[in-house]
Amino acid sequence: MTSELDIFVGNTTLIDEDVYRLWLDGYSVNDAVALRVRSGILEQTGATAGVLQSDTMDHYRTFHMLERLLHAPPKLLHQLIFQIPPSRQALLIERYYTFDEAFVREVLGKKLSKGTKKDLDDISTKTGITLKSCRRQFDNFKRVFKVVEEMRGSLVDNIQQHFLLSDRLARDYAAIVFFANNRFETGKKKLQYLSFGDFAFCAELMIQNWTLGAVDSQMDDMDVDLDKEFLQDLKELKVLVADKDLLDLHKSLVCTVLRGKLSVFSEMETNFKNLSRGLVNVAAKLTHNKDVRDLFVDLVEKFVEPCRSDHWPLSDVRLFLTQYSVSVHSLDGFRHQVLWDRYMGTLRGCLLRLYHD
Amino acid sequence: MPGKLKVKIVAGRHLPVMDRASDLTDAFVEVKFGNTTFKTDVYLKSLNPQWNSEWFKFEVDDEDLQDEPLQITVLDHDTYSANDAIGKVYIDIDPLLYSEAATVISGWFPIYDTIHGIRGEINVVVKVDLFNDLNRFRQSSCGVKFFCTTSIPKCYRAVVIHGFVEELVVNEDPEYQWIDRIRTPRASNEARQRLISLMSGELQRKIGLKVLEMRGNAVVGYLQCFDLEGESGLVVRAIGTACTLDKLSSPAAFLPACNSPSKEMKESPLVHPPSHGCRSTHNSPIHTATGSRLTQNFSVSVPTLIYTGTGSGSAGKEGGPLKALLRQQTQSALEQREFPFLTLTAFPPGLLVHVGGVVSARSVKLLDRIHNPDEPETRDAWWAEIRQEIKSHAKALGCHAVVGYSESTSICEEVCILSASGTAAVLNPRFLQEGTVEGSLEQRIEENLPVGCGFCHIPYDELNMPFPAHLTYCYNCRKQKVPDVLFTTIDLPTDAVVVGKGCLIQARLCRLKKKAQAEANATAISNLLPFMEYEVHTQLMNKLKLKGMNALFGLRIQITVGENMLMGLASATGVYLAALPTPGGIQIAGKTPNDGSYEQHISHMQKKINDTIAKNKELYEINPPEVSEEIIGSPIPEPRQRSRLLRSQSESSDEVTELDLSHGKKDAFVLEIDDADAMEDVHSLLTDVPPPSGFYSCNTEIMPGINNWTSEIQMFTSVRVVRLSSLNLTNQALNKNFNGLCENLLKSLYFKLRSMTPCCLCHVNFTVSLPEDELIQVTVTAVAITFDKNQALQTTKAHAEKSLQRASADNEEMLQFPLELCSDSLPSHAFPAAKEHLESASSNSGTPAAQRATSVDYSSFADRCSSWIELIKLKAQTIRRGSIKTTVTVEKASPMGDGNFRNRSAPPCASSTVGVVKMTPLSFIPGAKITKYLGIINMFFIRETTSLREEGGVSGFLHAFIAEVFAMVRAHVAALGGNAVVSYIMKQCVFMENPSKNQAQCLINVSGDAVVFVRESDLEVMSAQQPAVNCQPSCTGEVTT
Repeated sequence: MTSELDIFVGNTTLIDEDVYRLWLDGYSVNDAVALRVRSGILEQTGATAGVLQSDTMDHYRTFHMLERLLHAPPKLLHQLIFQIPPSRQALLIERYYTFDEAFVREVLGKKLSKGTKKDLDDISTKTGITLKSCRRQFDNFKRVFKVVEEMRGSLVDNIQQHFLLSDRLARDYAAIVFFANNRFETGKKKLQYLSFGDFAFCAELMIQNWTLGAVDSQMDDMDVDLDKEFLQDLKELKVLVADKDLLDLHKSLVCTVLRGKLSVFSEMETNFKNLSRGLVNVAAKLTHNKDVRDLFVDLVEKFVEPCRSDHWPLSDVRLFLTQYSVSVHSLDGFRHQVLWDRYMGTLRGCLLRLYHD
Repeated sequence: MPGKLKVKIVAGRHLPVMDRASDLTDAFVEVKFGNTTFKTDVYLKSLNPQWNSEWFKFEVDDEDLQDEPLQITVLDHDTYSANDAIGKVYIDIDPLLYSEAATVISGWFPIYDTIHGIRGEINVVVKVDLFNDLNRFRQSSCGVKFFCTTSIPKCYRAVVIHGFVEELVVNEDPEYQWIDRIRTPRASNEARQRLISLMSGELQRKIGLKVLEMRGNAVVGYLQCFDLEGESGLVVRAIGTACTLDKLSSPAAFLPACNSPSKEMKESPLVHPPSHGCRSTHNSPIHTATGSRLTQNFSVSVPTLIYTGTGSGSAGKEGGPLKALLRQQTQSALEQREFPFLTLTAFPPGLLVHVGGVVSARSVKLLDRIHNPDEPETRDAWWAEIRQEIKSHAKALGCHAVVGYSESTSICEEVCILSASGTAAVLNPRFLQEGTVEGSLEQRIEENLPVGCGFCHIPYDELNMPFPAHLTYCYNCRKQKVPDVLFTTIDLPTDAVVVGKGCLIQARLCRLKKKAQAEANATAISNLLPFMEYEVHTQLMNKLKLKGMNALFGLRIQITVGENMLMGLASATGVYLAALPTPGGIQIAGKTPNDGSYEQHISHMQKKINDTIAKNKELYEINPPEVSEEIIGSPIPEPRQRSRLLRSQSESSDEVTELDLSHGKKDAFVLEIDDADAMEDVHSLLTDVPPPSGFYSCNTEIMPGINNWTSEIQMFTSVRVVRLSSLNLTNQALNKNFNGLCENLLKSLYFKLRSMTPCCLCHVNFTVSLPEDELIQVTVTAVAITFDKNQALQTTKAHAEKSLQRASADNEEMLQFPLELCSDSLPSHAFPAAKEHLESASSNSGTPAAQRATSVDYSSFADRCSSWIELIKLKAQTIRRGSIKTTVTVEKASPMGDGNFRNRSAPPCASSTVGVVKMTPLSFIPGAKITKYLGIINMFFIRETTSLREEGGVSGFLHAFIAEVFAMVRAHVAALGGNAVVSYIMKQCVFMENPSKNQAQCLINVSGDAVVFVRESDLEVMSAQQPAVNCQPSCTGEVTT
């Protein structure tokens, strides 16, 4: 006796959260059944393996049918075929778009193209996440990217409106879209110590301050692209390190204030010019796309690593960066105060976040 | 020109992409009714077109209004080639033809294509202006209300129950016409869908005419079925019960009489002012449907249960004349009708006097081509024959009527098995026609008090019994005779006294049959049928004993015919009726007593069976008389003593004394193991596993013994098809497979619904079909309802404890009662049981627990009445708020529409969701009041695919289709302004596959009643607040549940 057909359809669509997770994690029906058996569900419920198999198949079929709708979450709310309570709809959407930290670190800042998709095999092997799950996550990134790429208005709001995600998840996606659009390099060995959260934090600051949307919230509100004009202007900052007097003055201003306040004062004093050069040169290079991509590599190389090798405590980094940015206001010969604040304000936030082991 | 149909096409959404080049669609809509067609403009390049059409007006006869469906076709405009159809919507406008039902149909309908399924939605508004057609010769029956519900619908009162109505229409099946060879599958499917829609409209109209002829205004328990006879045609047939219903509209009508014992009559039909003067017994009762009748006179009203008591006097000798009188009256009311059948399964209090037992008839027919569709005489004659047989069976049981009546067919190639079954019963004639109530009769009746056991008392003559049965005096009233077991097709009467809980009992059986042609085949089947019936019956009886129960309700025996086998599946709900004797156990007897090891084996089996019975008794909380007997100090005489006591009534006491010894005789309770087969049978008895803890199941409306339902419900359909390994199939192997299939299916259901526990699967409806050789298809539809476990525990505890505690206390009370009730002391178990019933009544009506406790104290009549009053009061409230709520739900139904309004400018946003529509096979919604019936939903869909693999195989295909069917039912209900479907049933699910061609086809027919319900909690809120204010909370409440 073999089962040809076996279905269960409820007026309210049954969603089993555990099975949904297994499905999202990309397990085959058989693997999912095996995992469920291991969870001890048979003992708890007195069910047989056959019942479990049938139940799992059924849920998988339902999820498969729902997947089409999950690709455009507002459709899930308006469709008539599956009657699902709103709280469950929210859960379905949220879980579907949730991604694995390990996976996102692999693709963050990469172009969401077919080429990358081929790399998914390697990512799957490397991270231990099933290929199916990798595909889903990658496709989610790509889908969100495609929808909001050309859209005006706040990136987070757009994502939230079109994908009905929670605030937290929408912010994460904003970071992913922003990174993918600007192709920031995040995969270098040097950057391995950084978490997705670190990058997302930086992305949010950059979106808030460095994009077109940051200056003009009405027209041409584009959150995904960096403000080209701003990047061009950043060249003007070069004078801070190119002009020797200015650099010395800057150093003396910082040192006067920080003397006795830093545990690593002497190291700071000796390194000041290197650090300052590093930070200003990063700014000046941002006109080139390639250098934009290397932003994080540069920041880590030019600032984080030198400080870390001298064992600066985080509090000292904070004090230094604050003083370093503020002191510029007292440099009479320097005319680009606003530009400097826009650059340094964001950079300071990023650097503090990036500065850890 | 008595009607004007107006249709407006508003908008579409989520349309499929029809033009690959632009990824868009140029959609327009054709609106067709009868032979008239209108078209909207083409809305270019959009997947969300806004047509906002003018009102398309069709001027039509009301006959057409009833027969024809409104057909809406959405197409993609193509300049150079033919326009492509996107899909269709059929709208049955019947609900708009009753004055009280829906006034407008408006909402989003899924656009359905038989090949692609649902493809977007369309927003349509439909209205009907009816001009009154005065007293001319009428072909239409507009205004006759149809209900699938097999009881008097909740917000109506039955004035008269006229009786059985039936009709059938036949036609050629479009799929078998020559033209089908050249047309596309889509065209063929659509022709079929349209034809069936037309035929059911015609059928409904014809039935309506019959109802009008009988001077009724409604059909209750309407059951419409299709027989796909293949080559020989397509038969659509329907049966129902014609009634005159009164809308319960004025709550004030109930209030004046609350303090008189006649209050029970408020629900019961036919309270007449004597001034009406119509006491005739002819069969065309004169009635005027005035709503005020109730208020005019209550003097003739009688607590109907009393009637029950006296009627049962028929069993005893002293009841002779009364019985004769009763019989005479019933006869006059019913027998002049050709078929005194009712399709109802639940009755207004007092209607059902006695139940005789299940009557059924089957007949095997060879199908021939229907030559003249207008004269479907053969099919009519077939059914008439079967009904006649049923009628004579009922007569043999001393009954004049058949209730819980249903008909079904099973077709395989050219052989067709017609089946009919019902429950023989004696009915109170007063309900069946007007003005027959005789004062003197009632006075006699009133001398007895109602006890809720009357329906168990035998209607037939004891000395002239139609079949061997063991009779005993009723354990409840001690006055009349009852059988040892009772099988019925109806729901458990609400006043029945039950011990413990009920459970689903199934008998399953397969029989191999040689493949044969025509007559030979029919003969082979006819020869097998009696054996199958017998075995099914034996299995049911054994399983019932094994559960320690003594009655079956809702019995439904389905015999399915296939190419090479017959299948029998009987489902019923077993209960322990307090009025019936405790069932004896099951004894196993071996044929070869000499063999020692064999003996041992037998005794081992016997022990296992005894253990199972004991376990089941514990599980279903069946702990009746014995316990209380001991504690009270044996107020109930031992059976033998009792029989001696009662013998003075000139009964031969043989059966009574034999009752407890009955296993000594060779009867159903003794299983004789004489060969391997019998062994298998015993084994299979023991393989039925009880549901896991927290689950109960039944196939009736309500689960006996559970009454504290909470509001969560989940209706579902589950389908399984298994392929039998074709090699050397034996009956045993087949039985085992089939048993396994059903058991596994149930296990799967319990597992799936485990998050709802404690819950009960109600109205579990199994359907078996044999689509091909070696394929068995089982379809189950049921509803899971949660209940409050704590309360349940309390009840059961109370059940046990109170019977102990109060035993002594009650004893004192009982001293007063016995004199009034009967000379014998009442069995004390009747008290807690009655109490449960009371609680069920009061919890149904939402009375707070505290109040309940006070009314529960003793089961005197007065108290029963007081809880009844509560119920009535609440009902009255419901009615008062009916109109208010209706407007609310209309608003509620339109959030989709509103959503669209908003969406016209902006893309869809998160705020608008689809309104929830509940579906249930039951006639009620727990924790809610039905305030309005919007009309019958009767839909037929065909779905076909030529890309089976791509759609996820057979499971994926059918899963999607059933989900789509649910969606379309919900959309239609929502468009009518409703928020639920009650008495939902999937009457047909015919699935055919051809995997080698990557094809599959499925036909589904569903029906139900669209209703508006209001949560009881909302009702309370409403009474406290302004109605307008709380429209909002109730809406949100709906969405979150």
